[in-house]
Amino acid sequence: MALLTKEEVQALLKKVLSYSKADECEVNLNGTDSANIRYARNSVSTSAKVSQTQLAVSSAFGKKLGIATINEFDDASLEKVVRRSEELAQLAPENPEHVSFLGPQKYDEAITYVPETANITPRLRSDLVAESLKVARDGKAVAAGFLEDNNGYSAMMNSKGLFAYNTSTNTNFSITVRTEDGRGSGYATRGYNDVRKLDTKRATQIATEKALKSADAKAIEPGKYTVILEPAAVAVLLENVFFRLDARQADEGRSFLSKAGGGSRLGEKLVDERVNIYSDPLNPELPTSTWSGDGRPQEKVSWIEKGVIKNLSYSRYWAEKKGVKAVPGPDAAIMEGGTKSLEELIAGTKKGVLVTRLWYIRDVDPQSLLLTGLTRDGTFYIENGKIQYPIKNFRFNESPIIMLNNLEELGKVERTVSVESNQNYLLPPLKVRDFTFSSLSDAV
Amino acid sequence: MKRRDFIYLTGMGAAASMLPGLPVMGNPIDPAQALERVDVGLKKQLADVALNAARSKGATYTDVRIGRYLNQFVVTRESNVQNIVNTESYGLGIRVISNGSWGFAATDKMDKDSIAKAAETAVAIAKENSRLLTEPVQLAPQKGYGEVSWKTPIEKNGFEVPIKEKVDLLLGVNDAAIKSGANYITSLLFLINEQKYFASTDGSYIDQDAHRIWPAFFITKIDAATGKFETRNTLSAPMGMGYEYLNHRPQDKITGGGGITLYKGRYDMLEDAKAGGAQAGEKLKAKSVEPGKYDLILDPSHLWLTIHESVGHPTELDRVLGYEANFAGTSFLTLDKWESKKFNFGSKIVNFVADKTQVGSLGAIGYDDEGVGCGKWDLIKDGILVNYQTIRDQAHILGLKASQGCCYADNWSSVQFQRMPNVSLQPGKEKKNIDDMIKGVEKGIYIIGDGSFSIDQQRYNFQFGGQLFYEIKNGKIVGMLRDVVYQANTQEFWNSCVEIADSNDYRLGGAFGDGKGQPPQSNSVSHGSSTARFNGINVINTARNIG
Repeated sequence: MALLTKEEVQALLKKVLSYSKADECEVNLNGTDSANIRYARNSVSTSAKVSQTQLAVSSAFGKKLGIATINEFDDASLEKVVRRSEELAQLAPENPEHVSFLGPQKYDEAITYVPETANITPRLRSDLVAESLKVARDGKAVAAGFLEDNNGYSAMMNSKGLFAYNTSTNTNFSITVRTEDGRGSGYATRGYNDVRKLDTKRATQIATEKALKSADAKAIEPGKYTVILEPAAVAVLLENVFFRLDARQADEGRSFLSKAGGGSRLGEKLVDERVNIYSDPLNPELPTSTWSGDGRPQEKVSWIEKGVIKNLSYSRYWAEKKGVKAVPGPDAAIMEGGTKSLEELIAGTKKGVLVTRLWYIRDVDPQSLLLTGLTRDGTFYIENGKIQYPIKNFRFNESPIIMLNNLEELGKVERTVSVESNQNYLLPPLKVRDFTFSSLSDAV
Repeated sequence: MKRRDFIYLTGMGAAASMLPGLPVMGNPIDPAQALERVDVGLKKQLADVALNAARSKGATYTDVRIGRYLNQFVVTRESNVQNIVNTESYGLGIRVISNGSWGFAATDKMDKDSIAKAAETAVAIAKENSRLLTEPVQLAPQKGYGEVSWKTPIEKNGFEVPIKEKVDLLLGVNDAAIKSGANYITSLLFLINEQKYFASTDGSYIDQDAHRIWPAFFITKIDAATGKFETRNTLSAPMGMGYEYLNHRPQDKITGGGGITLYKGRYDMLEDAKAGGAQAGEKLKAKSVEPGKYDLILDPSHLWLTIHESVGHPTELDRVLGYEANFAGTSFLTLDKWESKKFNFGSKIVNFVADKTQVGSLGAIGYDDEGVGCGKWDLIKDGILVNYQTIRDQAHILGLKASQGCCYADNWSSVQFQRMPNVSLQPGKEKKNIDDMIKGVEKGIYIIGDGSFSIDQQRYNFQFGGQLFYEIKNGKIVGMLRDVVYQANTQEFWNSCVEIADSNDYRLGGAFGDGKGQPPQSNSVSHGSSTARFNGINVINTARNIG
């Protein structure tokens, strides 16, 4: 089924609801067209185009809920899926935490859809990859990369009068370039809603330059170093904060935001006062949906302001229990930065380590949010304001909370992509003192 | 492991999304519908539509996968049922070679026109992208099997067990954990059924039915006064079994060091939860580890993950060749090390076998996702690297005449590629049990269960945590430790392996969520071992204070 317009979706969902006999009924509809090209060893490897549509019906009788879905859209199928969800609801045990569906909501118009991205042709995709490959081949280096684009809509409607519809497009690109002898490796990643902003050639030039410069890395002793983390490295550390702002976990005593003696650290200053983190669905550089998966409006929310935990996210159940506004968790996050470029941050550094990206990030201790992982694809030693030489990769053990207390400087914000979650963020490069590298790695 | 998907699923994370939004889990359906199978004759007809359409557009090779992927999740916390969801994902993926290049398209519209159009799209993609090729795809020859089938040898289909029985089990588990001291517990049952149909222009029509099960829990114990908390996760393993995995018997239990009960092939979830509630409390009071060198005794419930990361991944040939350089990484086990026939991966007692046939394992299957019959082979023999894991378009690089059958796609909509078979450490040849091994250790730590894990992109440097840590002094367990992780280099670690318990101790661990590829795909894989000893491993203390 081709992607549906708002009017077509509205008509379809009204029809689905007309079959409902439950106390409450809610319908979610999603359709996506996605395509990608993958390449490695300077040659295309796999490439795919996938189309999918799904309709989910949630029926509730009191606190009993049933969910069923279908991907056929004739009248008989639509009625069948409603009946099936009602049968499941009748079989389900009561969930005391079930909250009645939301009534009508007001949403801002999302700015997530760019027609030029929706209309990418197979030729444009292969051109974007061809430009990238040419850079690597000309540099006598070896490229491996991934280009993907998505075009889709999501919608929901319920028996209490709620209706939401949004279209979105996005494209993510990542490139790793290695020297032919495998002794150097560089990386760059880009993400946009608008494919016209994507410059695969420039990104590949950066990755190639890093690859060539990172060969012949020297080993330096592990320990505490001043580091300059590029935005791609900042993303994989800080998203562990962005996704763990849940009030219930904190209130229950099992989060880094839990307080001795009970309760959460909401309202407490936890990190350096220059730290300001917020989400804003209407930010033109990082637009996201203006409603969450359960129909709550997504608004601009300040999460950390001047180092103080300003807001936590709540499920509707927990918010009702606590008598507070049910703020949904963020779809993306933005950290305010400064005015300096990465080069200026390096120029102002007496001794330090430049980190292109971090890899294989995992929790070590949820209590302190201690994380581990490794540097990768371009790690350099800085002395007297200049990159002196490439260094071997390190394993780190560090908490992003400790890191945000050891902040030296924030650079200019840019859009980046997390290699761990594929999420896009607006983040500055950060200069941080006493970052803990615990061992050396031989990996290139 | 695709950590975030799992966090969403269990509602344990901050951003627990509602189920209809889960991208990789498929669509919720009625449990009764899950038992209806798609007629094999219909699948053959649809597959032939795709094969013929692709051929008519100029494909020189085509394979088609019609997949019906069923999952069931029952998720509870404390005394509440959080989710009961059946999901289904049904559709068709078609892969072609045209102009020497791969192309792939997938659709969930199962009418003949939509399938023919997907075939056309796949060929068009292949032709367009052939301009980006350096050399055409070379497929290892593969005979057609005709019409064949394979099924996981299960005793009891988990999808047929009433929901009430599952809910009662999990709520009983929660109750047992709370009674023994837990403050919070999330427990779940996760069932998978992959109904896969494969057809190719080689003349194979393969119908397969794979079943997997994972019962699990996650306990938290809080000390409200200090604001400290500890967790204890399940010691179960996900298995390629039916519901019989939960029908525990006395002969399936092993007594580990310190009197801990460990599970072999069957799982007593209630007993483990009861023990877990008490152990979470002990962890809060345990001594913080003194960093330094220790001899480690690693239980199979822990060691499987170290094997997965440090042996399973570096022996993947696609990583060795650079196909994963942009995401999962490459490998330190370069071809020259294999060609030398003397690369010392581990000590002489270290033997690793790749096996896609092992009964009860997650990786067991009759034929892989490009129509190759599955088997078993050595990867590390007497400590030496002897082989890798390959698929059809890589076999020629090793001079092999056939693929080793390691091709897998996690959905009909995903492109199949090289994925890890079960990779297992072979048991010690001398008769030896866990107690014998602990007796020989002067200063050591005995580790049970998997915890934090991280390894570099070429698989040299790793760091692992665990669930339970016991201090060993002069051959005896003297108490519990906390804040423990160990760091090592893969080759040094496996060369420090000095003892492996015998086959009576051999057990499987594993995961549903082995992640690789772009876009990322999940693979289910088991890793077997007996308890093993590693000398002089670097242990660090992870306690930190964030103020």
